[in-house]
Amino acid sequence: MRGETLLRVEHLTMRFGGLVAVNDLSFTAKAGDITALIGPNGAGKTTVFNCITGFYKPSEGRVALAHGGEAAFAAIEEATEKGARTLSVGDGAIHLLERMPDYIVTQHARVARTFQNIRLFSGMTVLENLLVAQHNPLMLASGYSVLGILGLSSYTTRQREAVELAKAWLERIGLTERADDPAGDLPYGAQRRLEIARAMCTKPILLCLDEPAAGLNPRESLELNTLLRDIRDRDETSLLLIEHDMTVVMEISDHVVVLDYGVKIADGSPEQVKNDPKVIGAYLGVEDEEVAAVEAEVEGRA
Amino acid sequence: MAVLSQSTAAGAEARVPDRFVSASKDAGFAALVTLGLCVPLVTLRTDSEEGGELILVPRLGLTAALCLAIFFARLGYLLLWGKEARAARQPTSRKEAIKTVATPRHSLTTIGLPIALGFAIAYPLLVTVINGGLSEARYWIDLGILVLTYVMLGWGLNIVVGLAGLLDLGYVAFYAIGAYSYAILSTTFHISFWVCLPIAGMLAATWGVLLGFPVLRLRGDYLAIVTLAFGEIIRLVLINWVPVTNGGAGIASIPRASFFGLPFNDDDDGFAAFFHLEFSPMHRIVFLFYLILALATLTSIVTTRLRRLPVGRAWEALREDEIACRSLGINTTTTKLSAFATGALFGGLAGSFFAVRQGFVSPESFNFLESAIILAIVVLGGMGSQIGVVIAAAVMIAGPEMLRNLGFLKAIFGENFDPSEYRLLIFGLAMVVMMIWRPRGLVSTREPTVFLKERKSISSDLVKEGHG
Ligand SMILES: Nc1ncnc2c1ncn2[C@@H]1O[C@H](COP(=O)(O)OP(=O)(O)OP(=O)(O)O)[C@@H](O)[C@H]1O
Ligand SMILES: [Mg+2]
Repeated sequence: MRGETLLRVEHLTMRFGGLVAVNDLSFTAKAGDITALIGPNGAGKTTVFNCITGFYKPSEGRVALAHGGEAAFAAIEEATEKGARTLSVGDGAIHLLERMPDYIVTQHARVARTFQNIRLFSGMTVLENLLVAQHNPLMLASGYSVLGILGLSSYTTRQREAVELAKAWLERIGLTERADDPAGDLPYGAQRRLEIARAMCTKPILLCLDEPAAGLNPRESLELNTLLRDIRDRDETSLLLIEHDMTVVMEISDHVVVLDYGVKIADGSPEQVKNDPKVIGAYLGVEDEEVAAVEAEVEGRA
Repeated sequence: MAVLSQSTAAGAEARVPDRFVSASKDAGFAALVTLGLCVPLVTLRTDSEEGGELILVPRLGLTAALCLAIFFARLGYLLLWGKEARAARQPTSRKEAIKTVATPRHSLTTIGLPIALGFAIAYPLLVTVINGGLSEARYWIDLGILVLTYVMLGWGLNIVVGLAGLLDLGYVAFYAIGAYSYAILSTTFHISFWVCLPIAGMLAATWGVLLGFPVLRLRGDYLAIVTLAFGEIIRLVLINWVPVTNGGAGIASIPRASFFGLPFNDDDDGFAAFFHLEFSPMHRIVFLFYLILALATLTSIVTTRLRRLPVGRAWEALREDEIACRSLGINTTTTKLSAFATGALFGGLAGSFFAVRQGFVSPESFNFLESAIILAIVVLGGMGSQIGVVIAAAVMIAGPEMLRNLGFLKAIFGENFDPSEYRLLIFGLAMVVMMIWRPRGLVSTREPTVFLKERKSISSDLVKEGHG
């Protein structure tokens, strides 16, 4: 499983009227990796996330996710032709995410996400936030509320398990003490961690994080790195990460994709990307001719 | 330490004259505004003379009195409760104070409902004793029934507006559907009340889903307008679909409810004869009181349970942030529909009760004002709070009735004074005062549905109201 391709984005294009936010983007993400998607402001990173998680329907292109190993990709053409959202292949399945509504992407394809501007249920407690994330299994256990109203014990057991999972996550993000406080009362860094834990409570195989380190102080940023590595290593979850902070990207990502004006300009290991003149040019906003000079300068410093 | 506190006390004293000056400036300005408003409204009064001629009567004294009253009221307010006065009394910011001191309200919400239920159960006995006889207490029991009906309606609408955050201005439509379902089923098919009750509830819930489908993509103002229109459409259908609803004339002589098969009459097989009581028409009224109490209690229990179930938590999450809900795999369409349907179900049950109580239904009973009153009860009570709805319903429904009993005011204001004429005025004033004093309703804190160590109420400035 680990090391096999998990997500395949192919010729993804997203147009808003005349504006091409993402232009013919193709890349892959491997299971067990932290894949980073970077680029200057307005490069189209969040738009890519929205296309993967079903919040936007892409103008063109395909987004395929394999469950149970990359062998499932063998059925990708068959699924596309059939017009299916999901096609089972042996033990696994192929999911065509661009055809799914947002909540199905999370529920069936098991892709979870966080938002650039934190979206917690601020008037609900930290624990409640983590329970809302387990809505679908709990709903089933409550017999779509009918059995739950009658107070059946099977539901109570399931609810206790859900609280246990929430407690385990609170432990991991260091918020056990604040479980009964409203989420809106938490400090900013804790809200970021809670949003990640909430997404993890949906038990995703791919977790998409939109700028998780934005607005964190250096200590919190370090803690976040530990948390993300921990998720990659301990849970069956791969990560796709948008990040501005290059030190975070360089430190934790296994694979980096660079976007500029909706076009992919580099794709490779952090080392390769860091030294790519196009990337340096895009980040510093200089003309192509000047790139060489800048590159030389960077090399000189290193 | 002592020195320090002394010096700060001195500082506070030094600031008092400052505060007085700024407060009197402010109050003077308020008085000036009053004067400006008084000149066209109060100062000159048109009166007809003997001959029918119009004359202007100047009322300078009254104007001056009003301006002075406003001046002193404002001054007093600023000095005693103004921002600075509060700041001088407690140094912590107000927001912090609210967030940490949430516990007293918590006790109100947990013990309030049982107390209200106990009071309601004892209420018929209480008013009988006070009024010295069951028949004499009829007015009071009828009033109790009315209040309880609105409590139930408020709780039903609270699911849609308070929990799911969907603004529904046409809730009375479901009330009407429930009432007419019972009226039609019982008069044409002679089905008993106890069978009709669940059917009426189901029909209303079905209509809730049918209404829900087209409006779910709408949010905020648009949703409010469409639900408002839906309420009006139902009323117009009731007026115009004459073959079924008998139009504006309404449906009369709807069969009354029986006590599990025992009718409330003085026959040998009636309720009174069965229990060896002397026949009294009041038996039926008391029965109706306990019937609506049972229905309202059912609403409350079901709502409380639903709130602790995943669906209830999803409703509240939807009110907080719909996009986040979708990112967690929650189907927001079915979640909204379930809120609409559940709210409509209780509206339908209350409607059936209305029909069986009145014995007569007509479209007149289901106009927009009803929806507005039910919504006002929910908003005044505090969205999502059950005990708040009880208090608001009691105040809004029983309050205006109380005006009738203020006969002693005639002694002050003269024989022609009729307090109930001022009903809407007082109503409006109360609304304005509430919106200033407690914009989020009487009970605005939210009780968490689950907790690990300690149940802490959540302050209203964190809880969202929903917008769609
Ligand atoms: N819903 C939309 N409608 C119209 N234009 C949009 C929409 N969403 C994004 N865009 C445009 O697409 C471009 C890419 O936006 P996007 O939010 O994906 O950038 P980003 O890489 O996430 O930037 P940032 O680093 O600032 O978050 C921008 O020019 C933006 O204005
Ligand atoms: Mg972005």
